[in-house]
Amino acid sequence: MTVLFGIFLLTLLLITAVAIVRARNLFVAVMLMGIASLLIAASFLLLDAADVALTEAAVGAGVSTVLFLSALSITSERERASSSRPLISLAVVTAAALIVIYSTFDKPRFGDPEAPVHSHVSPWYIEKTEEYMEIPNMVTAVLGSFRGYDTLGEVFVVLVAGIGVLFLLSGGPGFDSGKSPPPWAKAGLRHYLIPRVAGRLLIPFILLLGLYIQFHGEYGPGGGFQAGAIIAAAVILYALLEGEQNALKVLPRPVLIGLMAGGAILYGAVGVLGILMGGNFLDYSVLAADSVKGQQRGILLIEAGVGMTVTGVLLSIFHSFAARRR
Amino acid sequence: MQVLGIYYYWVFAILLMIGFYAVIAKLNLVKKLIGLTLFQAAVFLLYIAMGKMEGGTAPIYGASAEAFSSPLPQVLILTAIVVGISTTALGLGIVVRIKEEYGSIQEDEIQEIDRR
Amino acid sequence: MNPLAAQMPALQVIVPMLMAPFVLLLPRGLSWAAAAAASLLAFGIAAQLTATVIDSGPVAYQMGSWPAPYGIELSVDALSALLLLVVTGASSLALVGGRASLAAAVGEDREHYFYAAWLLALAGLAGIAVSADAFNIFVFMEISSLASYVLVAGGPDRRALPAVFKYLIMGTVGATFYLIGIGLIYMMTGTLNLADMELRIAEVADKEPILAAAGFITVGLALKAAIFPLHVWLPNAYTYAPHIATAFLAACATKVSLYVLLRFDFFVFQQNLSGHAFQFAAYLMPLAILGILVGSGVAMFERNVKRLLAFSSVAQIGYIMLGASLVSIGGLTAATLHLFNHALAKGGLFLAIAALAPLAAGLRLKDMGGMARQAPWTFAAFVVAGLSLIGIPGTAGFVSKWYLVSAAMALGAPGIALIGVVVLGSLMAVVYVWRIVESACFGEPPENPARSAAVPRPLGAAIWTAALANVYFGIAPGLPLRLSSSAAATLLGHVPA
Repeated sequence: MTVLFGIFLLTLLLITAVAIVRARNLFVAVMLMGIASLLIAASFLLLDAADVALTEAAVGAGVSTVLFLSALSITSERERASSSRPLISLAVVTAAALIVIYSTFDKPRFGDPEAPVHSHVSPWYIEKTEEYMEIPNMVTAVLGSFRGYDTLGEVFVVLVAGIGVLFLLSGGPGFDSGKSPPPWAKAGLRHYLIPRVAGRLLIPFILLLGLYIQFHGEYGPGGGFQAGAIIAAAVILYALLEGEQNALKVLPRPVLIGLMAGGAILYGAVGVLGILMGGNFLDYSVLAADSVKGQQRGILLIEAGVGMTVTGVLLSIFHSFAARRR
Repeated sequence: MQVLGIYYYWVFAILLMIGFYAVIAKLNLVKKLIGLTLFQAAVFLLYIAMGKMEGGTAPIYGASAEAFSSPLPQVLILTAIVVGISTTALGLGIVVRIKEEYGSIQEDEIQEIDRR
Repeated sequence: MNPLAAQMPALQVIVPMLMAPFVLLLPRGLSWAAAAAASLLAFGIAAQLTATVIDSGPVAYQMGSWPAPYGIELSVDALSALLLLVVTGASSLALVGGRASLAAAVGEDREHYFYAAWLLALAGLAGIAVSADAFNIFVFMEISSLASYVLVAGGPDRRALPAVFKYLIMGTVGATFYLIGIGLIYMMTGTLNLADMELRIAEVADKEPILAAAGFITVGLALKAAIFPLHVWLPNAYTYAPHIATAFLAACATKVSLYVLLRFDFFVFQQNLSGHAFQFAAYLMPLAILGILVGSGVAMFERNVKRLLAFSSVAQIGYIMLGASLVSIGGLTAATLHLFNHALAKGGLFLAIAALAPLAAGLRLKDMGGMARQAPWTFAAFVVAGLSLIGIPGTAGFVSKWYLVSAAMALGAPGIALIGVVVLGSLMAVVYVWRIVESACFGEPPENPARSAAVPRPLGAAIWTAALANVYFGIAPGLPLRLSSSAAATLLGHVPA
C-alpha cells in the first residue's frame, strides 16, 4: 500500500514539474510549485523524515510561494514564449542525468539496514542522543548540537539573504521609504467581511502553533526554523487582511532588524559562552553543572535564536517587496 | 519496496533534468529561479531516500520503535532547504531590481538593451 | 598551548561572522570601523595560526567538543594557512583603503548592509579554508557566495544586476552539483568528514558512484572557481562590482573554490581512484592551457580596463590549474604559490583602479589618458603590480612562474610545450598591461579633467602596501614559498593516516 502511494505521489510530482516548466503564466507556475512542494513533503513523510516534511511544506508551499507572488506582482505574470538553445540545453541536461543514472546502478539497496549510511556515523547519533541529551528527537539533537556549527552557518545564510534583499531594495527607482503608501497597503482586505473574520480567527491559532513548534522541537518534529516560518506567516496574513502599514505598526522595521540580528547574536553568544566556560565553541555541556542539562539549555537557546532570525528576515523581506512602488 | 527504491532514484534524476533544463534554456528570469528550486528539490529527494531504512521509523525515540531511519541526511537537507530558500529570496530581490531598471525580466531583452 | 590559542581555528571564522549582525545594530557611522576592525583582527588570527602551523604542524579543532567524524572538525594546515592569509589580508587591505570609494559607489544610507555582507563573505571564505567537513564546506560556500552576490550588486551601474543574477544562477548550480557529489560519496561511505571519507572510500568495492561524485564535485567547483570554460559569470561580475569589492573578490573568492578542488582531489580521491594523475593531465591540463591562452587573448583586445583585468584572472586561474595538473611537488608548489602571488598582483591592480576610477569615468582604455601625469604615484604602484602580473624578475609573479617552468622542465619533451604556453601567456600579459600603460602615459587626457585628483591617503597606503608586497615577496619569497612547498608535500605525499 505504501509502495503504491509512494509511486503515485512521485508520478504526480513529475507531472507537476513538467507542467511548471511548460506553464506560460508565471502565476500558474508558482501555484503549481506550491503543489509540487506539498507532494515532495508527503514523500518525505513516507521516508520517515517528519522534520524535513514540515520544513518543506512551510518553506516550499508557504514562504517560497509568498515571495514569488510578491515578486510577480512587481514584475510581470507572463513569460514570453522563448527558449534559448533548447537542443544544446537538452543535451547537457541529459548528460548530467545519464551520469546520475549510471552511478545509481551500484547504489546500496534502498532501505538496506547494512548500507553505509545506516552502519557508520548514524548509529552513534541514535545511541548517544539519549545518553548526552535525554531528548527524544534525534534530528533536533544532531541539528542543534552534534552538527550545531552547520546550523549556525544556516542562520547566517538566512541573515545574509535578509541583508541582501534589504540592501537591494533600499534604493533604486522603486524605493518609496513608506512616505506615500498605496491605498491597499493601508486597508488590506478590510472591506471583505468573510476573509477578514475568518483570518482574524485563524491568526491566534497560527501563532500558537508556531510557538508550540518552537518549544516542542526537542520532543516532536519542529524547531526554530519551522516555527519562525509559521510565525512570519501569521504576521503576513495579518498584513494581507489589515494592510501592510498596520502590520508595520505592530512590528516596525527596526524591530524586525533587531530580531534578525538579535537571533544570530544569541546563537553566536551561546557558542562563545561555551568557550568562556572552558569548553570549545558551541559546547553546551559546560553551560550547566550537569552536562545533560547544559545540552538541553543550549539547544533551547539556539533554537530560539534560529526562530528569531528567521521571523525577522522573512518579515523584512516581505515588507521590502511590499513597499516597492508598482 | 525495491521497486519504490529504484523509482526514487529515477524520479531524482528526471526531476533534476527538468529543473536543470529550465535553468539553462528558459530566458525568463523568474522561470530560471523556479527551475533552480526544482533542481535543488531533486537533490533533497536523493538524500532523504538514502536515509530511509526498511522497517525503521522517524528518528524520534518512542515506546515501540526499535529501528530508526538515519537522522543525519534529514539534518543536512533541513539546512539545504533553508539555504535554497535564501538563495531564491535574494534572486527574487535581484529580479525586482532588474525589472525596475530595465523594464523587462527576459534575458534576451536585457542583453539587447545593454548592447544599445 | 594556552587556552585561547587552542580556540584560534574557531575564532578565525566567528570573529568576522558575529561582527556582521552587530554592524546592523550599531550606529551607521561606525559600520566601516567595526568591519575594518573585525577584518584586521581576523588577519591577526590568521598570522597567529600560520605561525602555529609552521612551528608545530597542522591544528585540529572539534566544534562543540564532539569527536570527529560525528561532530564537525576544523583543521588548519599549511595550505589553509596560506589561503587564510590571502583572504583576511585582501579583505583588510581593501576595507582599510576603501572607505571613501565604497561610500561613493554604495551610498551612505545603505552602507551598513554592505559592510555586514562583506564580513559574512569574509567569514564564509575563512570558514571554507578551516573546515574539514564536506557538508560544512557547502554551508560556508553558500554564506560566502550569497554575500558576494550582495557585494557585486552594490555596483552603481545597473549592468551589475544582470551580471550578479548570472553569477547567482551559475554559483547555485555549482553548489548543487557539489551537493550531489557529496551525497553520492555519503551514500557509499556514510561519513562527511574528509579524512574519514578517504579511509572509507578505500573500502568501497564499486568505484562508479565515487567516480561520478568526483565528476560532480569537480564540475561544481570549477563553476565556482571560474575555470575555463565555466568562467562566463566572472568578467561582468568583476567589471560592474564596486571597485573595492572587485579587489577583494578577485584576490580570493575563486581561489577558495580552487582550494576546495585541490583538497578534494588530493586528500579524498588521490589514493582511491586509479589513474588519478592521468585524469588530471587528460582533462584539466587542456582546460588550463586553453584558459591561459583564451583569457589572455581576450584581454589583449578588451577595451574596458576592469574587464581586461577580469579576463586576465581567467588566464591566471589557468596557470594555477596547470601547476596542479602536473601532479608533482614542483607543480603543486607553483600552483599554490601562484594562488598567493596572483592575489597580491590582482588585488593591488584593482585597488589602484579604485583610486584611478574617479579620474577616468567609464574606465575604458581611452579614458585612462593622462593618468600617469594626473596620479603619478598611484599609477606607479599600478605598474609595479602589473609587472608582477606579467612575471618580471624581482616581482612575486616571477617566482611562481619560475617554479611552474621548472616543474614543466622536469617533464622532459612535453614540458617544453608547456613552457611555451607559459611564455606565450606572459608575452600576451605584456601586451595587455602595456596597452593600459600606453594610454595612461601617451593617451589624450580627457577634455574636462576630473575635479579632484587627490587619492585618499588610506587608499594610497593600501595600494602601496600591495605594490611593495609584490616586490618584497619577489625578492624574499621565504614565507609563502615555505607554506606552499609544505602544502605541496602534504597534498602529494598525503597518505591516509
